[in-house]
Amino acid sequence: MRGFLLNRLSQSLILLLIVSIIGFVVLNLLPGGPLAQFGLDPGMTQDDLDRLKEQLGLNRPLWMQYLDWIWRLLQGDWGHSFRDNAPVLSVIGRHLFATLLLMGTSTAIAIAIGTWIGIRGATHRYSLFDHLATVGAMVALSIPTFWFGLVGIYIFSLKLGWVPAGNMYTIGDGSVLNYLHHLILPSIVLSLVHVAIWSRYMRTSTLDAISQDFVKTARAKGLTERRVIMKHVVGNALLPMITLAGVQLPSILTGALVTETVFTWPGMGRLFLDSLGYSDYPVVMGLLMFSAILVILGNLIADIAVAIVDPRIRLG
Amino acid sequence: MAASIQAVAPHDVALSVRDLTVTLPQGMERTHAVENISFDLKRGQILCIIGESGSGKSVTANAIMGLLPRVIRISSGSIHLDGTNIIRMPSEKLRSLRGRIVSMIFQDPLSALNPLMTVGAQIDEVMAAHGVGTPKSRRGRALELLTEVGLPDPELMYHQYPFRLSGGQRQRVMIAMALALEPTILIADEPTTALDVTTQAQILELVRDIQRRKGMSVMFITHDFGVVAEIADSVVVMEKGRIVEHGSAQQVLKSPSHPYTRRLIAAVPRLTGEDRVPLETANKAPILKVENLVKTYREGGVLFGKQRVVPAVNEVSFDLAPGRTLGVVGESGSGKSSLGRLLIKLLDSDGGGILFEGRDIAKLSEAEFRPLRPRVQMIFQDPFASLNPRSTVGHILTVGPVAHGSPYAQAREEAKALLAHVGLDAGAFGRYPHEFSGGQRQRIGIARALMFKPKLLIADEAVSALDVSIQAQILQLLDQIQRETGVSMIFITHDLRVASQICDEIAVMQKGRIVERGPPSQIFLDPQSAYTRELVAAIPGEQPDGTRPVAANG
Repeated sequence: MRGFLLNRLSQSLILLLIVSIIGFVVLNLLPGGPLAQFGLDPGMTQDDLDRLKEQLGLNRPLWMQYLDWIWRLLQGDWGHSFRDNAPVLSVIGRHLFATLLLMGTSTAIAIAIGTWIGIRGATHRYSLFDHLATVGAMVALSIPTFWFGLVGIYIFSLKLGWVPAGNMYTIGDGSVLNYLHHLILPSIVLSLVHVAIWSRYMRTSTLDAISQDFVKTARAKGLTERRVIMKHVVGNALLPMITLAGVQLPSILTGALVTETVFTWPGMGRLFLDSLGYSDYPVVMGLLMFSAILVILGNLIADIAVAIVDPRIRLG
Repeated sequence: MAASIQAVAPHDVALSVRDLTVTLPQGMERTHAVENISFDLKRGQILCIIGESGSGKSVTANAIMGLLPRVIRISSGSIHLDGTNIIRMPSEKLRSLRGRIVSMIFQDPLSALNPLMTVGAQIDEVMAAHGVGTPKSRRGRALELLTEVGLPDPELMYHQYPFRLSGGQRQRVMIAMALALEPTILIADEPTTALDVTTQAQILELVRDIQRRKGMSVMFITHDFGVVAEIADSVVVMEKGRIVEHGSAQQVLKSPSHPYTRRLIAAVPRLTGEDRVPLETANKAPILKVENLVKTYREGGVLFGKQRVVPAVNEVSFDLAPGRTLGVVGESGSGKSSLGRLLIKLLDSDGGGILFEGRDIAKLSEAEFRPLRPRVQMIFQDPFASLNPRSTVGHILTVGPVAHGSPYAQAREEAKALLAHVGLDAGAFGRYPHEFSGGQRQRIGIARALMFKPKLLIADEAVSALDVSIQAQILQLLDQIQRETGVSMIFITHDLRVASQICDEIAVMQKGRIVERGPPSQIFLDPQSAYTRELVAAIPGEQPDGTRPVAANG
């Protein structure tokens, strides 16, 4: 297990290094360059721009800029946002909370409901429930999220007035209840697609597990059907789902882009869009590194979780 | 005959099946899985139910356990377990019988245990499910059971996960689980089929021993008359859902009355101890010469962690004359399949030489070997997995030769001729693999290999997945082909009896080495190494002196 972790960790570091180089080079090759935004300011002269370039160290060769940037990154200095005039890490941190709140809630909903639908669909295969779940998943997957968002806002905010149409909280009211009230609609809309995906995978995985010999053994032992399903089928069916969850972890942070825009939610997706539009390179680079770390972390956590659950990997 | 037994089960009968008919859903090959079968399992006896695949023997077992899939229904008849009819019994009541009155063990011990639970937890579960004992008393009982089935260090075994155990050990755990509540009846569904021959002998002995000690009644399902001879008190022979013969083991084995039974017994490969009359060939120079061949598997440890090194093939040397067959026999993990894959260069060797017609192919690159590939062909074990289900038989047969430069029209004519040769009609050419039975598919596999007019055929467990009667036909076909074409063969198998049928010479492998090599007469009648002696002794239904208890009057 320790050897495995060390292996994975060293692989991850190499991967991060490669991602950072590619990201840095590609971003600096884009037309306009880091100073494009400053050039739009009518009061800026070429002399001012050159001075700025000198100040920010942008006149050095690219490899020197990269080494400088990565060296600072390792020391915890992720650069300074052009737009916010604040350290990149604190900018990301501010948006991270909003995204974590939204994505955490919707993922919890998606996993709970999706798992339940998947198991029930598999144990009652070809029943009315199973057919409805299949059709429902198809519908949820084929209609874009923003449509659900807009329809949701139209019905539940504008017509019925049950929930707010956007934002994370009402200004001047930072109570938990207020946050929760704002959270309801976006988290449900966001979870729709994930319920659909999760339930389909879970159904397949459960069907795989249910046809295994040890399930027949469990029945032959005289266990109740409930125990057969809960203990023997579900445990084994969840194994591949852990890996899936690990792969989906990074998309939890970046995948909410559309929903965040529709609901004016101040999360990471919005930050990424805005920073790109403003050519705020330090923030874009920071987000790139952040999501690369998440990909690696997600897979690592999934691997560790599988090892904890599955003795063949833990001890084998 | 069975049908004439009409009396309601007397008290010396543990299990009584009367006029049982199980209906299959529409659109299947047959309308009934079993039809009007009746038999009794007497208390304290072992009843063997023998039949080939599709005979309905497993359906019968599942019907008794109340574990038939929902689409398969019992349409008539009765099953009395310990005097109670279980047909149309409420499912909750039926559940309470499972594991307590009747227990079951299965064919494949590798998949029959939950990989995520410890052995102890799985044994404990049987007792807990029936509300027996406290956690502490159940633990004690589980340890007792582990000792009883002969597992070493029960205390350690209790906390072990199944993947750490060998196949034989897992089957012992299954037996311990089945015995936990001292059931009246034990149903064993081919419990030794997936095991090595020496392990099989141990498990058979364990089942017999426990049955005697506990006075349990055992229903033992098998396809192997050798196993029947080892263990049965009485025998039921099933064919296509019907019972064709029923009687004491002595009676059925010594003087089978039904032609099907006679056919089955005759088809059991026999240890003749006689050598094959070899094919006369003009050229005596060996077609294949293997010298000190080595293959070592390494796993893990790219950067950190320990590396595991497994010597799969260790300094193996032999040679093979044209038109001869060399049998490679060994248990799982002996390296026999790795050897086969090395010879056809599906696997790269780590050392040694493979001289094919005098040329060392071990060192050839993939591109250099390609022109030679048609001359060395392989027949695979699983006739269901080795043919692409989306290609027609014609395509499967012609695609290789066409890729190697044959014109299609010529390949097609050859394919049709070969299909006829291996006993299939020419119409097979345009059909898909799923339309054929296992035996027919293996014939297609053989035809595919022959399309290249190979000099050397490597058959890896080519008949292991087939029923005995089909096995005999395929072996005969291979023999006939060899006599006609003079092809040399390497026949890899775990089954000594099969090897004795077709091989001129047999090499016994253990842990990557050849421990003994010789003609069948030496291997079976005068084995030189201790391991070979052990293997031969473990063959079910054979006396150590090589004679059979069964009179071969079929």
